[in-house]
Amino acid sequence: MVKHVLRVIVLIYLLFLLILPVALIGWRTFGDGPGPFIDALTTHSALHAFQVTLVVAGWAVVLNTVFGVVAALLLARHEFPGKRLLNALIDLPLAVSPVVVGLALILVYGTFSPVGGWFEGRGIQIIFSTPGMVLATVFVCLPLVVRSIVPVLEELGDEQEQAARTLGAGGWQTFRRVTLPSIRAALGYGIVLSLARALGEYGAVAVVSGRTVDETQTLTLFVEERFENFDVQASYSAALALAVLAVAGLLATKLLRPRDGS
Amino acid sequence: MAIEIRGVNKSFGDAAVLRDVSVDVTSGSLTALLGPSGGGKSTLLRVIAGLERPDSGQVVISGRDATRLPPQRRDVGFVFQHYAAFKHMTVFENVAFGLRIRKRPKDEIKKRVGELLDLVHLDQFAERYPAQLSGGQRQRMALARALAVDPEVLLLDEPFGALDAQVRKELRAWLRRLHDEVHVTTVFVTHDQEEAIEVADTIVLLADGVVQQQGAPAEIYDNPASPFVMRFLGPVTEIDGRLIRPHDVEIRTEPGEGTSPAVITRVVRLGFEVRVEFTVRGAEGEQAAWAQLTRETVERIAIEEGAEVHVRPRPAIKHSIQIA
Amino acid sequence: MATSETTPDVSAEGVSQDAPSAGTAPDETAHDVPRDMTKRDGSAGRPRRFTGTGRWPVGDGTAIGLGTVTIFLSAVVLIPLGAVIWKSAEQGPGGFWDAITTPDAWAALKLTVIASLFVALVNLVMGTLIAWVLVRDSFPGKGVVDLLIDLPFALPTIVAGLVLLTLYGTDSPVGITLAYTRIGVVVALLFVTLPFVVRTVQPVLLELDKEMEQAAASLGAGNWTIFRRIILPNLVPAMLAGTALAFTRAVAEFGSTVLISGNVPFKTQVAAVHLFGQIESDNTAAAAAISTALLTLSLLVLLAIDLLRRWGARRG
Repeated sequence: MVKHVLRVIVLIYLLFLLILPVALIGWRTFGDGPGPFIDALTTHSALHAFQVTLVVAGWAVVLNTVFGVVAALLLARHEFPGKRLLNALIDLPLAVSPVVVGLALILVYGTFSPVGGWFEGRGIQIIFSTPGMVLATVFVCLPLVVRSIVPVLEELGDEQEQAARTLGAGGWQTFRRVTLPSIRAALGYGIVLSLARALGEYGAVAVVSGRTVDETQTLTLFVEERFENFDVQASYSAALALAVLAVAGLLATKLLRPRDGS
Repeated sequence: MAIEIRGVNKSFGDAAVLRDVSVDVTSGSLTALLGPSGGGKSTLLRVIAGLERPDSGQVVISGRDATRLPPQRRDVGFVFQHYAAFKHMTVFENVAFGLRIRKRPKDEIKKRVGELLDLVHLDQFAERYPAQLSGGQRQRMALARALAVDPEVLLLDEPFGALDAQVRKELRAWLRRLHDEVHVTTVFVTHDQEEAIEVADTIVLLADGVVQQQGAPAEIYDNPASPFVMRFLGPVTEIDGRLIRPHDVEIRTEPGEGTSPAVITRVVRLGFEVRVEFTVRGAEGEQAAWAQLTRETVERIAIEEGAEVHVRPRPAIKHSIQIA
Repeated sequence: MATSETTPDVSAEGVSQDAPSAGTAPDETAHDVPRDMTKRDGSAGRPRRFTGTGRWPVGDGTAIGLGTVTIFLSAVVLIPLGAVIWKSAEQGPGGFWDAITTPDAWAALKLTVIASLFVALVNLVMGTLIAWVLVRDSFPGKGVVDLLIDLPFALPTIVAGLVLLTLYGTDSPVGITLAYTRIGVVVALLFVTLPFVVRTVQPVLLELDKEMEQAAASLGAGNWTIFRRIILPNLVPAMLAGTALAFTRAVAEFGSTVLISGNVPFKTQVAAVHLFGQIESDNTAAAAAISTALLTLSLLVLLAIDLLRRWGARRG
């Protein structure tokens, strides 16, 4: 009896908070068939937004992967002063509002700051341009790769790596031939998480991009801008495209997630 | 009778785990449910406790039909193999749990828990959490917790299964002494025949969901009802189509009544005991067998590898089974 | 307690890595830390093969790696956040206080904290309930529901906001209009924070020793007593940790509230949206002050989670 009451409460809560809203966007988008959906996503602005999103997310994921692997190896395999501090700092971005991230980057890399000015003098614009958006995206994704790999590295232990070294393998060879194959699934999981987060980032990118249509507009910014300009079809279509990517990412993480207890 | 089990059947899906099981447990006894893993002994214990419901059959506890009673109302104490310690409670709170449920006065609880902690030698550990105890200590705490509510029967599921050999031996002897002090009807599950023989005054041997034999340890050991029971309770070897204990094999230099010729293949000295392996030349060809002798005997008849000897079951023995 | 006697015994078992209960508090550990103790609770039974870091030569590899990571982390995270705090401190305590207590900033911060507290509480109850149903109940479609729980993490926040506005906007198909109201803000925050409590409580509930409940039952405890005295105390650390995470996320949330809140100052404008406005109008000093306030709040809560975790670990 109690069991059924609880089940119904939970399902109603999820229905109104999660299931109905998500289902509705699909229905609204395709209300008039797939034609308007395709048209809305093949305008010049939409295609450009796609392109910007891919460039920014691509760079961010590459940088975050390199950083994540190096940081994870340091945390799991090396002793050095300040290790606990590094461990704590890596989680810091999770607690920072995306808008604060944007402000923080503007304060350091904006045109009127010494650092930003120095780069500007050499013809490199960071804020209101791609590098700033990449920085913002890296910031918000920072812990994802590290936190996916560290537990696996710790679980794995370093015996195999030591064995490889006694067999004459150098540091890089050991990493490429022994460590990397063992953490492949966890690394893939971290990369997918980062990619999903990078494609969907809105707040931090909104601040540092300047939101210039057809220049620094990503897909999430496109959704908002089109909605504010009453082009609901385009907004819904782009939102649905992002939602589909999100679901694909979700399914990918389910497949890649390291099995517990195996 | 403290516990009467009548014709109990229990299946999980297609697998029949208990088949028409009937067992009597006398009041105040210490009974072992012995058998190989998967034999149904833990399920039977859980049926007695009300943690599993039998498909058919009856469970009577102290003359009261308990078949349909939930575990809360059966008045049994249950000790789990992995202790099932309440991790968030101290040792004192763990032991006091059943008494607090029963809303006993504070003073009484304090006194009773104190007595029990003395009994299980955990009096200095009352304020510790289970995580701060060793396995043996946790098991003793679980035992005190089950005894706190003065159960009609005490049920222990592989109580020493998770402990290492040394602690296991100590706790075994301690359980026997405790039972002699407390005298609560106790049933414990084990797959270790040595443990059952050493601790219990009655053994119920369960395999494939069927009771194979029940009785006093010596009786079962001396009069096994089947080759299976004989094999399960101790080492066996086969001579001339008879299943016997290796310590009941007689090795002679001269032939005699009922002897078969044999050739010694290996002699292994294990301290006082010597394991002698040989090949018997019987009516149906050659067959490997072994005997357990004392060092004295081996020295007296000068057994060595390659020697031609004659073997037979010692004439006085009762427990051998004709299998061929 | 004889720390020096117990410690070698513990590490010989290889539990110092994975049994914080035994490893981090040696003075509370039983004198005779037993071998069998490691065999019991599943996780600890599996031998860790990590034999320690001491044997690795702390050579060029470490130095280069550490250098790279430090520079990267500094350039992306530390220096920028430092700049925010610096900018905020430049104004002095009085200036900082004035900046966060302007009527609109104060209203936004107040709404954010109150709404986040409310959202955290709803999550505490509903998240635990959802985790319970997902673990202890079974019904057709449970797998899909389980999968959907993660959707708010995967869905871009702006899409989440749009999705909610579609259902609860001015032309709501279910007749519930929450757009531009505080309730709308709360619903958006509930959406994005949904997974936190569920996903922290669920694994604990899965791992919970069923035999504890059976032991309690055979000692005479009824269902409600078992839940209250046995299950709940074991879930509390996870429930609180998930709630705290949900709270920090709600405080920081921006994207999902932009559309549904309508950004009405003094009514539906949350702190992050207000902050965004200040940045857009180049009011950097005020923006830095509000950012510092938000950062401090989040860090305090994270610190609380950490203390909570240690407290949970100490009790094993």
